[in-house]
Amino acid sequence: MRPVLRLFGLICLVVAAALWFLSRPISLPIDAMAGLTGNAEKGEAVFWAGGCASCHAAPGSTGDAYLILSGGYRIESPFGTFLSPNISPGPKGIAGWTTQDLANALIAGVSPKGQHLYPSLPYTTYVRMKLQDVVDLKAFLDGLPASDTDSLPHELAFPFTIRRGLGLWKRLNMSSDWHLDTVETPEVDRGRYLVEALGHCAECHTPRNIVGGLDRTRWMQGAPNPSGKGSIPSISPDKLTWSTGDIAYYLETGFTPEYDSAGGQMAKVIAGMEHLSPEDRMAIAHYLTALP
Amino acid sequence: MKKAMALTVGLIVAGVVGTSAISDANHDTKALNAAVKARQSQMTLYAFNIGLLGGMAKGDIEYNADAASAAAANLAALSKLDQSRFWPKGSDNVALGADTTEALPAIWMADSKVGEKAMAFAAAATNMEQAAGGGLDSLRGAIGDLGKSCGGCHETYREKQ
Repeated sequence: MRPVLRLFGLICLVVAAALWFLSRPISLPIDAMAGLTGNAEKGEAVFWAGGCASCHAAPGSTGDAYLILSGGYRIESPFGTFLSPNISPGPKGIAGWTTQDLANALIAGVSPKGQHLYPSLPYTTYVRMKLQDVVDLKAFLDGLPASDTDSLPHELAFPFTIRRGLGLWKRLNMSSDWHLDTVETPEVDRGRYLVEALGHCAECHTPRNIVGGLDRTRWMQGAPNPSGKGSIPSISPDKLTWSTGDIAYYLETGFTPEYDSAGGQMAKVIAGMEHLSPEDRMAIAHYLTALP
Repeated sequence: MKKAMALTVGLIVAGVVGTSAISDANHDTKALNAAVKARQSQMTLYAFNIGLLGGMAKGDIEYNADAASAAAANLAALSKLDQSRFWPKGSDNVALGADTTEALPAIWMADSKVGEKAMAFAAAATNMEQAAGGGLDSLRGAIGDLGKSCGGCHETYREKQ
C-alpha cells in the first residue's frame, strides 16, 4: 500500500474513534442520588410543573384516568413520529427503575440500559432539574396506578434510528446553563426554574435549528408547529403584552385577557398548570415578563 | 379607441361567463361564510359574558352578585341555543381558508366528540348560572370547569394559533 493511502486510512480510523468516543452515552455518577429520600407530595408538584401527563397520559383521557400514564401520544416531527412510552409503575412501565435510572433519563437523556434516549423526552430542559425534585417525582410516580399497555416503538426513518448519533446531537444542543443568566428577584428565580428546568415551554415556543435543537438566540419567539399546520405564538415580552396577572390567570383557567380560551396542545398544558400553586403560576409570569 | 372598446367588452363577457360558471360555488361559499359569522358572533357573546365573570374572579372587577348572575344567565341561555345551522359540513379551515375560520375538519368526522364537548360546556354554564350569584368564592369555584369546557373543544377542534 502506498504511504499516502496508509495515512488516509489511519486518519479515518482516528476520526471514527473520536466520534465513537464523543457520542458515548454519559450517565450521572453512580452515587449521584446518595442520601436523598423522596416525598410524594412534593413530587406531585414537580409532576404537574414538569408536564409529564401532557404526553404520557393516554390520549383523550380525563379525570382519574389522566393519572394512568400508559403513553401512546404521538409527537410528529420532521424526523419521524415519536410515541410516548408507558411510564406507569407497572411491569410494562417503569417498575424496577431506581431513582438513579429516572435521574439518568431526565437529566442525562440515558436509559437504564445505558442507551441514548431521544430528545422527544425534553431532557434538554430537565437537565437543569434539582436531584431532589427527581427523587420526589419518583416517589409520586410510584404511587400512581399501573397500566399494562405496551409501549410502542418510535416511527423514525434512517439515519435517525441510530441512537448513538444522539451523543453528538447532545454535544451540540444540550447545556445545563440557564438561558436567562441573571435573575433580579426570588419570583423570577423560581419562574426560571419552573420554565427552564421543568415546564419546558421553550420546547414549543422557541424555534428549532436544522438538526432539531433549540435556536436559543430566538428564545420564546414563537415557531412553526412541528406537528402540523399553524404556528406556536411568541411569548417573549415584545409580543406577549399581557400583565403578570393575565398570564397567571391564563395558566390557571385557559382564558386569555379577551376571554378566548387556550386551544391545541396548550389546553393540555393548562390542565397541568392549574394544579400549580398560585405563587408558582405568578412566578412563571414574572419570568416571562423579565425576559429581554 | 375601438380596440380598447373591444377589449373592455371582451373582458366583461369573459367576466360574466366566468361568474355564472362559478355562481353555484359562490352561493354555497356565501352560505358557509354566513354560518361561520353566526357562530363567531356566538363565541363573541360567550366571551363578553365570561369576561365579566372572569374579571371578577381575577379581581380586576369588583364582585357584584346581580351583575354576575345576569352574565351567567346569559351564558347559560346562549349555551342552549340550537346551533345545528351554525356548523354546516364544509365550513372548515381547509375549505374556507385559515383567515375565515379556525374550525378543523375533524369536527365533522365520524368519530367526532364535538357533541359531547358541547354538552360539557352547557353543563358548566348551567353550573355557573347557579354559582355566580352566591358570592365570589362560589363564582371562582365554577370558573375553572367553565374554562376547561371551552378548552375541551379548542384542544382538538380548533387550529392551533
